[in-house]
Amino acid sequence: MPELKMPEPLHVVGRSVQRSDAAAHVTGRTRYAGDYTFPGMLHLRMVRSPVHHAMIRAVDLSRAERVPGFVRALTWRDVPHNVYTILGLIGVEPEEEFVLAQDRVRYKGEPIVAIVAETEAAALEAVAQVRLDLEELPAVFDVEEALQPDAPIVTHWGSNAFMFEGHPCRRVRFGDVEAGFAQADHIVEAVYNSSPIEHAPTETTGCVAVPEADGRFTVYTNTQALYFSLDNTAIILQVAGKRLHFVGGTVGGGFGGKVDVIVEPIATLAAMKTGRPVRYVFSRSEEMQVSSTRSAWRIRIRDGVMRDGRIVARKVTSYADSGAYSRQTPYALTKHAANAAGPYAIPNVSIDAYCVFTNRTPSSAMRGFGVTMASYAIEVQMDRIAERVGVDPWTIRFVNAYRNGDMKPHRKLAEDATLIETMQAAAALVGHELTDEQRAMTSAPRSPGPEGSPGGEAAAAGSRAAGAPASAGAPAAPASTAEGVL
Amino acid sequence: MGSRIVSFELCGREVEVLVSPMATLQSVLRSQLGYTGTKEGCRQGGCGSCTVLVDGEPMMSCLLPVEDVEGRRVTTIEGIAPVAGLAPIQQAFIEKNAFQCGYCTPGMVVLTKTLLDHHPSPSRDEIIDALGGNVCRCTGYAPIIEAIEAAAAGATTDAGRDAGDWPDPSGER
Ligand code: FES
Ligand code: FES
Repeated sequence: MPELKMPEPLHVVGRSVQRSDAAAHVTGRTRYAGDYTFPGMLHLRMVRSPVHHAMIRAVDLSRAERVPGFVRALTWRDVPHNVYTILGLIGVEPEEEFVLAQDRVRYKGEPIVAIVAETEAAALEAVAQVRLDLEELPAVFDVEEALQPDAPIVTHWGSNAFMFEGHPCRRVRFGDVEAGFAQADHIVEAVYNSSPIEHAPTETTGCVAVPEADGRFTVYTNTQALYFSLDNTAIILQVAGKRLHFVGGTVGGGFGGKVDVIVEPIATLAAMKTGRPVRYVFSRSEEMQVSSTRSAWRIRIRDGVMRDGRIVARKVTSYADSGAYSRQTPYALTKHAANAAGPYAIPNVSIDAYCVFTNRTPSSAMRGFGVTMASYAIEVQMDRIAERVGVDPWTIRFVNAYRNGDMKPHRKLAEDATLIETMQAAAALVGHELTDEQRAMTSAPRSPGPEGSPGGEAAAAGSRAAGAPASAGAPAAPASTAEGVL
Repeated sequence: MGSRIVSFELCGREVEVLVSPMATLQSVLRSQLGYTGTKEGCRQGGCGSCTVLVDGEPMMSCLLPVEDVEGRRVTTIEGIAPVAGLAPIQQAFIEKNAFQCGYCTPGMVVLTKTLLDHHPSPSRDEIIDALGGNVCRCTGYAPIIEAIEAAAAGATTDAGRDAGDWPDPSGER
């Protein structure tokens, strides 16, 4: 048998290593998407809806076409597969976003006509000369109003709620939440709201699409999702993926705001139709108004809590404002539903998480989307519970924290729980004195019988047996009778 | 109004460009001269990513008609580094991890250059004040302020070291 050679010793893990792009960044030599220029490059600017919701009666391009430097206008008729959904790549349905608006606009700033011109100034002038004949429709901007029977319908299929496997919301059912409330000493209820948040990257979203001599198209883009963008562009343009070569990896700030596929398909289409390189880079105001935001959320939480701080029932009804189209928001709701009980062992949980369509700017990915706002709501709720029940806020969290082996409401076993250890470390760092019981706790799996100090461990152990009275020695097995849908 | 020729000194060399009326220095630098180190975060004076020096004073090039620099001395990020290697300010930005995406960095470095030219040892408050027009969405400013302090103190490990001399990730430091 040949002798196995030792691999090279590791030099990087555990060390600070100089970033390979550092010298280029400080000398201005990094090339971002918008820094590429090519001979004969055209500029694309978009005609956008000035209103939140309207039928498009007519679009008059005649004056725009006479602007010196005008090269071509693109409308929905030019887009081979105009109705798509970004997450179609992972099986999400239905296709519902219009690359260019057809008969209706659903949010302010929705693209209607792309203008390609010799200079940016000519493109902007031609955009200003396009005449839109719009019939404004009532618009809806609130997630709960959008779900009322008489609300204006935003989508093209007739419902303002995204359907999750036949349900108008992503659902989790665990234990018996009503029985939990009946048994509780306190009911703590609150509603948590958040506004949309714009990523506001310093570099705006953009790309340059270049036709190559071999019939392929090279697209220099600042997308955060290179192959995702390439695949969606191939679908929208109905071309083989091998005809597209996306060059990326240099992103001037993204934070989730550059994972949607907004500029590449239309710039590439314009390059195909004109045979020339096309630059499409958002202005700052486009970045702020039409690029996706973090969703606005409304989260209603109702908790049943025992005198000692154990949460025995939690009902969460959440609404994420998807804006006019789904983009990545349905996925956020699934993550949200899996996390809306927090890192806590609660025996009876019911979660309804709605992805709601309104006439606001489409929302999408942003750092931990779906989970971030759940964490915000839950942790404020934990403090609220502490105040109401008269228990120290640290204690509330220690008493309810997951242990390894606990079953989460969406039927995943907790396998890497570290909340207790993290809180212990955090307490040490901020100089907070923990009780002996809290110091002795670990995330180790609960044992079936009483363990550790009777107060902390056993009481918490009791809290996770579905619907069971808070007795030490409650069975540690998951609530196997609980019926759940995710 | 027709186009006209504007000449100025750009990073030590004379340039002459044919510009359309009211073209900004930023667009001429980026689109006509290929100096894309000057960035465009907003093109409305709100972010500082387009900062250049005109006769040593910081200006937002997106707000500056190129005619205004006729006969003047313009320094962009491309003119900050010595012929080989990095200026101490650039070194300091790297050592203090004063950037993530890097898009604000050229403007920050150019601004730091003029700040330290005028005030070789600025106070922290003076640094914060000087940075008022330059936006960084990624880094959180503290590392940028520390980099400027380090540059002012001459506290970078090896100022002016050749850019190619950075520790090889696969080797010893
Ligand atoms: S691009 Fe000039 S200040 Fe933002
Ligand atoms: S490093 Fe990204 S904007 Fe400053």
